[in-house]
Formats: sequence, C-alpha cells, structure tokens
Amino acid sequence: MNMIKSMSKTTKNNAITYAMVIIAFAVVQTMVMTGNITSLMNGLLVPLCTYVILAISLNLTVGILGELSLGHAGFMCVGAFSSSIFSQLTVDVITTGWMRFSLAIILGAIMAGLFGFLVGIPVLRLKGDYLAIVTLAFGEIVKNVINAIYVGIDEAGVHFSLQDVTSLGLSETGLVLIKGPRGITGTPKDSTFVIGVILIIITLIVILNLMNSRTGRAIMSIRDNRIAAESVGINITKYKLLAFAISAALAGVAGALYAHNLSTLTALPKNFGYNMSIMILVFVVLGGIGNIRGSIIAAVVLTLIPELLRSLNDYRMLMYAIVLIVTMICTWSPKIKELRERYSLQNWIQKKKHAKEVV
Amino acid sequence: MEFLSYLINGISLGSVFAIIALGYTMVYGIAKMLNFAHGDVIMVGSYVVFVSVNSMELPTVVSVLLSIVVCIVLGVVIEGIAYKPLRQAPKLAVLITAIGVSYFLQNVALLIFGADTKSFQSVVKADPITFAGGQVVVSVETIVTIAACIIIVLALSYFMKHSKMGRAMLAVSEDSGAAQLMGINVNRTITVTFAIGSGLAAIAGVLLCSAYPALTPYTGSMPGIKAFVAAVFGGIGSIPGALIGGILLGIIEIMGKAYISSQLADAIVFGVLIVVLIVKPTGLLGKQIQEKV
Repeated sequence: MNMIKSMSKTTKNNAITYAMVIIAFAVVQTMVMTGNITSLMNGLLVPLCTYVILAISLNLTVGILGELSLGHAGFMCVGAFSSSIFSQLTVDVITTGWMRFSLAIILGAIMAGLFGFLVGIPVLRLKGDYLAIVTLAFGEIVKNVINAIYVGIDEAGVHFSLQDVTSLGLSETGLVLIKGPRGITGTPKDSTFVIGVILIIITLIVILNLMNSRTGRAIMSIRDNRIAAESVGINITKYKLLAFAISAALAGVAGALYAHNLSTLTALPKNFGYNMSIMILVFVVLGGIGNIRGSIIAAVVLTLIPELLRSLNDYRMLMYAIVLIVTMICTWSPKIKELRERYSLQNWIQKKKHAKEVV
Repeated sequence: MEFLSYLINGISLGSVFAIIALGYTMVYGIAKMLNFAHGDVIMVGSYVVFVSVNSMELPTVVSVLLSIVVCIVLGVVIEGIAYKPLRQAPKLAVLITAIGVSYFLQNVALLIFGADTKSFQSVVKADPITFAGGQVVVSVETIVTIAACIIIVLALSYFMKHSKMGRAMLAVSEDSGAAQLMGINVNRTITVTFAIGSGLAAIAGVLLCSAYPALTPYTGSMPGIKAFVAAVFGGIGSIPGALIGGILLGIIEIMGKAYISSQLADAIVFGVLIVVLIVKPTGLLGKQIQEKV
C-alpha cells in the first residue's frame, strides 16, 4: 500500500495502462483457449492490435507533437509492403518463424521511420491545415505508386515496370514481388494475437517513456508554445522530426503486423487510403488527444461497434456516423457542458455536503 | 491537336474542381474549418437531379434548380445542427464532426439508393462541336462547365466586393471578433456562407456527373479531396486562388493521365501540391501571415 502511495502520478497512470492491456489480453486469451469466442471475433483480434498500435503512434504526432497528420496509413503501407517483401525473400533462408518475423517487423519500422524522416524534413516547415493536407497527399501518393508499379527480382537484380508482369523481363527463376493492383501474394501468415499484444506493449513502453523523458518534455513544449520553446534553446526541427519519425516507425510496425495476417496484400483505398488515416485520427480524437489510454480504448470500442452491430446490417455505418457527431457535440457544445455541470454527480454530492455544513 | 483537346478537357475538369474549391475556400476563410462533408453535398446534389429527371420526369432546368435548393437547405441544416454548437471547440473536434457528417451522408445515400452505380444522364443535350477541321472535338458539357465556372467566379467576386453581405463575409474572415463589435451578425454570416458553398456544390455535382456519368454514394469524396487540394494549392481563403488552383489541378491531372501514366495521375497531382507548398508554404495566392509572440 505504501509503495502505491509513494509512486508518482504518472507512474501510477502508466501502470494502469499496462495493467489494462495485460488484463484484457488475459481475458481474451482464456476465451480463445477455452473456445468461448466466435470465429468472427477470433479473426478480428490481430486487426484490433494493429489499430491499437496505429492509434497510439498517431497520438504521438497529434497529441504530443500537436500536428495534425492525415497520412498515417501511408506509413503503415510502407511498413506493410517492405516487411512483406522481406518475408517473401527470406522465407527459405530463415526458417525460424519468429526470427524472420521480428526481422521483418524491424525492417518495416526502419523503412517507415525513414519515410517519416524524409517526408518530415519539408513537411514540418508547414503549419496547421497545410501540414494536414501534405501528409494526406503523401499517403495517397504511396498508395497510388504501389498500385501502379510491378516489381520483380532475379539473378540480374531488381526489375521495375509500370505496365504488367511480362514487361518486367524476368528470367525463369525470377520472383514477382509486387503485382501492381493485385499487390503481394503469399506472405507467410506469421501474425498472432500474442505477438500483436507484445507489439502493443513495446509501443506503449516506447511512447510512455518518451513522454516522461527530457525529449518528450521538449516535444510537448513545442506543442504548447513554439516560440517560447525556441527561445529557451530547444531545437524545434530536431524534436519535431524525431517525434514524427518515431510515430511513422511505429505505424510501420503496425503495417508489418497487418501484412503478415493476410495472404494477399493490396493497397486499396479501404486499408491504406485516406479513409484509414481518418479512421485512426477518429480513434485518437475520440479517445482524447494526448491520452494514450484513451486511444487504446477508443480503438478497441470503435472497431468492435460496427462488428457488434452486424445484425443491424446496413444501418451500422450510419450508427457509427451518428456516434461520432453526437460524441463531439456532447463533449464540446457550451450548452451541453453547462447542463452537464449543473446535473453532474460531483456537484450534487458537494451541494449535499455544503448543506450539511450549513446545518 | 491532341494536346489542345487534352488542354480543353483539363480546363473543363479544373473548372469543376474550382467550383467545389470555391465552397471549401469560402467556408474555410470565414468559419476557419475544413468542411470534409462538402464533397458529399456534391453527391446529394447529383442524386437529386438523377431522381427528379429519371423518376419525376421534371424538366432539366427545374431539376437543377431543385438540386441547388435542396443542397442549400442541407448545408444550412448541417451547419445548424453539427457545426454551430462547436464554434468554440478545438479545430480537431470540428474536423471529426465534419467527417462524421460525411459518413452520415454517404450511408444515408447508400441506404436509399444502394451501392450500385447509377448512370447519370447529362443535363445538356447537344452534339459536340468540332474545331480545326474535325481534329478537335469539344463536347457541349465542356463548354457549359467552363462558362458556368467563369460566371460563378465573376458573380462571386462582385458579390464579395459590392454587397453588404459579401463585405460582412470579408470582415468576418479578417477578424470575427472585431466584425461582431461593428454590428455584424457573425452567426448569420457563417450560415449564409454555408448556403452559398452548398449551392455551388450542387452545381458542381451536376456538371461533374454530366461529364463523368457514374453516380454512387462515394462519387463526391474523391473530387471533394481534390478540390480541397486545389483550394490549398491556390492559397486557401482566396477566391482567385481557388480558381487558379482548380484549373491547374485539372490540367495537371488530364495531362498526367494522357502523357505519363493513367494510374499515377493522382500521385502526380499530389506530388505537385507538395512541391508547391514547400516552395510557397501558403499556396500560390495565400497571404503570408507574420507570426507574433
């Protein structure tokens, strides 16, 4: 008891977040073990982990760095495709599944982080909505390019084409890596729920420790007041780039997890387009900007709502839209805020106390 | 000669982008919000024309007018229900609400009309005109689109400069607090802006679907995004900027499709946007705002 009391507020807060993930994992894992889970839910577990990682990593850009990014799915796409290509090339060389997969994840993270760094250099000079539109443009470019190119490999090296598979001119032993709009087929199915949760915890460790470090405080000071931060000697560009690249790298991890859960990986608007970026942003905003635990909860709840509403069929996305609008209005409308304050439980209790004291 | 017809097609597509971008730019300039649902108002406008021409058999002019009226009402209702309570809220909250409205409109359309593609009948019925001895063929839709764009931009510029409401809009976009102190009804000005933007969206929808006659509940979303890009490209908040941005974007897209790769056309459009913003961070005609401590 004493130990808990002596812990600082942030440590306690972080401990709750970790505990929440681990307990949720334990519950779901028992359900899987005892067979108390529908196949639909079972298939949803890995995507759920992907979304949670994406939401946490985007929260670093939006909540902690304070810049709006609408291209997070683009980084996820980079991570997904680079890790998927790596797995395909090394599937005969590295036969240990977990080792190949961890290398693939690391490669996916590095590639996405590199893209984040390269995109960040010009982009972070812009502000507000301009930054948002450029990140959106970047995401669309990545999706578009992957849909248009054909890549193959043989003894002579890597071949590229914009037309079709035959124009690659591969030798007989050659391997086609990306088949334009048909994407990548035959990625080993390495992702499991356990690996997903481990990756979530690694992501949490990275982000939560970053937030409470000197670097994290520097990043937050840029968010709160850029000019003041600059005047006390914080290198704005360096910290902005750092946060942006870490956020992108973690999205790459999510991409690798996502790619190794599918036998065919294609860059559709649905999974890597701006709709996906917006969906992740919705998780972050509804969970509370800058609040990591909120992001996790929002990602899980908002992924489950449409699935649980499956019986409503055509109405489920409509319900989703209404939930979004109503939540935002209930949180921010001044009239509803006033109502909430007037009828809140806390107020009621305080009034009672006050009344007693008067008596 | 091939080049000339591509150029004309580009200008025509660009005119549609410009009309949509005008709506984006005005709303952004005055309400300082990105109205992500703008693209879906286009879709609603197109469905109204589709239904009134095909099922109700109304004359074309009447159905276009009906579509404009429906969109204006829709725009005002959306603004009143979803955006007005959030005037003081952070930008991101408003953005998410706009995304919610966009999903809402798409899914309502999906419920009513289904996901299948409806073939939209062009609202202008006339044979294409040929120039230069049959080498350049220009459809009447193209000419109507370009003409509509020119008329709208001229009318809007006149309205902004010379009418009381237009000047009120300029004042609100400059400094809404000061405008309110001078006796301008800021809320009403914002509502009127939404009405004009949505009306323009209806016109854009009709023109877009006349040129590209496939209508689905998601028809509006990509042109909406492109028009947003056009607005940023030209400098968001500026009317001539939206026109220039829209037309340049249309030309780049058609030229990219014709000469480089039809699949990479979108990537080229977005790539050019990134280059422009890096060179000129507030768009082509955007105002450079000096940052104060």
